[in-house]
Amino acid sequence: MAGRMTDDNDVLRKVWYGRIPTCFTLYQDELTEREAEPYYLLLPRVSYLTLVTDKVKKHFQKVMRTEDIGEIWFEYEGIPLKWHYPIGLLFDLQASNTSLPWCITVHFKSFPSKDLLRCQSKDVIEAHFMSSVKEADALKHKSQVINEMQKKDHKQLWMGLQNDKFDQFWAINRKLMECSTEEGGFRYIPFRIYLANSERPFVQKLFRPVASDGNANTLGDLIKEVYPAAMPPEDGEKKYQVMIHGIEPMLETPLQWLSEYFSYPDNFLHISIVPQPTD
Amino acid sequence: MEEGEGEQQGLSPKDGNDTPTEPAPGPAVSPASEEPAGETKRKIDVLLKAVGDTPIMKNKKWTIEKTRTVQGLMDFIKKYLKLDTSEQLFIYVNQSFAPSPDHEVGALYECFGSDGKLVLHYCKSQAWG
Repeated sequence: MAGRMTDDNDVLRKVWYGRIPTCFTLYQDELTEREAEPYYLLLPRVSYLTLVTDKVKKHFQKVMRTEDIGEIWFEYEGIPLKWHYPIGLLFDLQASNTSLPWCITVHFKSFPSKDLLRCQSKDVIEAHFMSSVKEADALKHKSQVINEMQKKDHKQLWMGLQNDKFDQFWAINRKLMECSTEEGGFRYIPFRIYLANSERPFVQKLFRPVASDGNANTLGDLIKEVYPAAMPPEDGEKKYQVMIHGIEPMLETPLQWLSEYFSYPDNFLHISIVPQPTD
Repeated sequence: MEEGEGEQQGLSPKDGNDTPTEPAPGPAVSPASEEPAGETKRKIDVLLKAVGDTPIMKNKKWTIEKTRTVQGLMDFIKKYLKLDTSEQLFIYVNQSFAPSPDHEVGALYECFGSDGKLVLHYCKSQAWG
């Protein structure tokens, strides 16, 4: 192989700066005073819809009357998009095999409160984000690392994400990614597995980075345990894609490495299982 | 979900000491002992503890279907405590984090349960983090 191996830290940057070209259009039944032009935006995969769409909101509100503006929500092909899922996860799960830009419909009325959580301020997103980070650390370090941090460190994680500051975020987040070398990894890997078109929200279990025989558990080991049907058959056609951040990592990849380098800022590995596209 | 209109469905008092005079938490509620054996795997035991000045529940131990969400559980607690539906209620795991309302209690039990039950704290105001 020519050249040196990619530095693992480059992986962190690539994950952080992943973007999805998106076209927002206003729902046809919304009342406007003038025609609403579509709005284009590069959405950061690791962020949240309601955190990065202030401009979208302003753009459409310009052509609407105040009394017609309710809480904003987003929809793709008839399915309301959960703002509390990271954007990259939403895309991988629901739109990964469609052409770009990703066409999202914007709504200002008939908020589907059965499907979506309300998000009336950025504080709600921050609370949700921090809860996920805490839950992840409960799994990884019995909450020891997050509890030893100060309030300002928690704030720095959030501000890093909110303002898209990689260095600010990772200065703190690297502590959450530390583990003792003799244990070979975290206590448990914080992961969630989502099935496309499923009624269930996701699967989350206790899963260790190292198997009882001392070998590192891989992504494949996890899939075999949680959703064996998604494993590619030895003969015959592959039926599913196992996706994180828009790619299909090799199933031989050690889970501990994935957890350290492929987790979203909320410290979870969000893994989508989607049907293999047929051309 | 085929089993349910009522969010409270699938919740039943663990100790069977619930009296009929308490707010009926839904038609499917029955004492835990009456459950068919096959159902036990579909359900988990939860222990609900009040924090601060939030009213306590007379019955703290409940069995609940694994697929029930945190939101469903919140609605149940609010109804049980006769709180207004618009009032806020926070639920905490490990006295540290608030799981999102669409979390299934089964997944929480699997990851954070101990001694065969899931301990959850509930509070009318933000208690942790």
